[in-house]
Amino acid sequence: MALALDEQEQRWLDGHDGAAMQLAMRLVLAAAEVSGATSFVPIESAHINSCHYSGSLSLDFAEFLLAEGAVLSVPTHTNASLISCDLPTLRPEAATPTEVAGARRLMEIYEALGCSSMWTCAPYQQPEGRPPFGAHVVGSESNAVGFTNSVLGARTNKYGDLLDISAALVGRVPFVGLHTDEGRRATHRFDVSGLSDVWFDDPNLPHLLGVVVGKAVGAGIGVIDGWPSAGEDELKALVAAGAAAGGVDLVHVVGITPEAPTLEAASGGVPVARTTVVGPEDLAAAAAELTTAAGDEPLRAVCLGTPHFSIDELAELVDRLDGRRLAEGVTMLVTTSRAVAAEAALRGLDDRLAASGGSLVLDTCTYYPPRSTGIDGFTLTNSAKWAYYGRGMLDVPIAFTSLERCVESAVAGRWV
Amino acid sequence: MMGPLVLEGRWLVEGELRGAVLRLDEPLSFWGGFDPVTGRIIDRSHAQHGVSLAGRVVAMPGSRGSSGTPGVLGESIRRGTAPAAMLVTKADINLVAGSLTAAALYGTSCPILLVASEVFAGLVDGARVAGPPTSSL
Repeated sequence: MALALDEQEQRWLDGHDGAAMQLAMRLVLAAAEVSGATSFVPIESAHINSCHYSGSLSLDFAEFLLAEGAVLSVPTHTNASLISCDLPTLRPEAATPTEVAGARRLMEIYEALGCSSMWTCAPYQQPEGRPPFGAHVVGSESNAVGFTNSVLGARTNKYGDLLDISAALVGRVPFVGLHTDEGRRATHRFDVSGLSDVWFDDPNLPHLLGVVVGKAVGAGIGVIDGWPSAGEDELKALVAAGAAAGGVDLVHVVGITPEAPTLEAASGGVPVARTTVVGPEDLAAAAAELTTAAGDEPLRAVCLGTPHFSIDELAELVDRLDGRRLAEGVTMLVTTSRAVAAEAALRGLDDRLAASGGSLVLDTCTYYPPRSTGIDGFTLTNSAKWAYYGRGMLDVPIAFTSLERCVESAVAGRWV
Repeated sequence: MMGPLVLEGRWLVEGELRGAVLRLDEPLSFWGGFDPVTGRIIDRSHAQHGVSLAGRVVAMPGSRGSSGTPGVLGESIRRGTAPAAMLVTKADINLVAGSLTAAALYGTSCPILLVASEVFAGLVDGARVAGPPTSSL
């Protein structure tokens, strides 16, 4: 069945509402044709990554939208930028002038288009970024897509650059994939019930489980069975690692995530096609993959907050530091959102972090180039996602370890 | 001399498709795997690392699209380092979006033709091919 356009869609496509809306509709229509969709579904909100500078096309496209009268159809939130507005020394303009100036201009344009300035990869850590259960939305950044689908039960496919903002402009997406009931059914069960309690108490478990699921699930939809309990920070780590290691856009957790009260519910009443029993050796293999350092190098940097730290994670960090100073020569970069930083300031957490020598970094992340100031050698992270990307993109030895060991190592000046 | 093999397939982005096939042995992610400045494959794990795609009819098996793909492909189209056209076995919206946007912004695109796996399997590296008719012809 061919896709029939309504009057408004046809108007946009014919260019009656300007060249920007025409291109947006053309891209959303192309997405429908490519995916074989036969209808569109209206969306309620969008979280876009097109605002993250990725070369001249991203900037030229945004300038085009602004000049040609683009109008948003839904509330639209911004993913992290390449730069931090209040910490220009993080990625100095002198080192990469085109990228930094481009990123700054891109932030201005998306604000001028009417996007809300969240500049975070974890929009779900603030009320406006949490679409209700069952809502159709546009997600782009991979962990946010995973969290929105898995933990909130709102529905989105992973929309790439250009397409995400186009969908926000026309307020609709092709009705396929994770927007449909059938597309959300678990097909691959990961049985973790045989793991010992030591593992279930291990803060690294969600990260490592995410890597295991990501590498094994392929194009299927995973469901984790036998995990006794997990809060939002653990689920964030799970989906972020799964997305980094294997493009996971949705993973159910039996008894924990909203579409998986039972295994049967998660799989839509159909028996799963595959079961993988996850054992300690699988988790150890995942951990080994995340560390490239020998471990005895002098520690230079500790990167935390990928995805952006929640207020609870920030409070735990500050409590663990407990006023102690970082060792000489160690840089600690803690990425988070403006919203979490504002709450941290109310609670005095920012001052306590600064007193220990740590830096709160807003609007951006540290795992991608150009390399952030301070990441000039052996770097520790408590994030599987950071480690997964950082090992390929940053050209420094890295190691993945728990927040507790990140803190103790930062104070000691070596990996402990 | 025989004329080019006229391919059957479905246009994802219509345009001029004519030339010698450069067949990739494995999927390529443009983001992180291709340098739009030089037009070469920079993914060290790719079997054809270092090969230039500029101006070639690139036959790509499967897809390794990422959300950064449109930016890289679009940038290479702008710079003139992109493939002259692409033959794919799997429709990838990120390639299509990059090409369509370059067409709107710069007036030049990279035509993309979706071909069946059997057609792809029969493509020999260096074979001269041409695309099917476009709607505008």
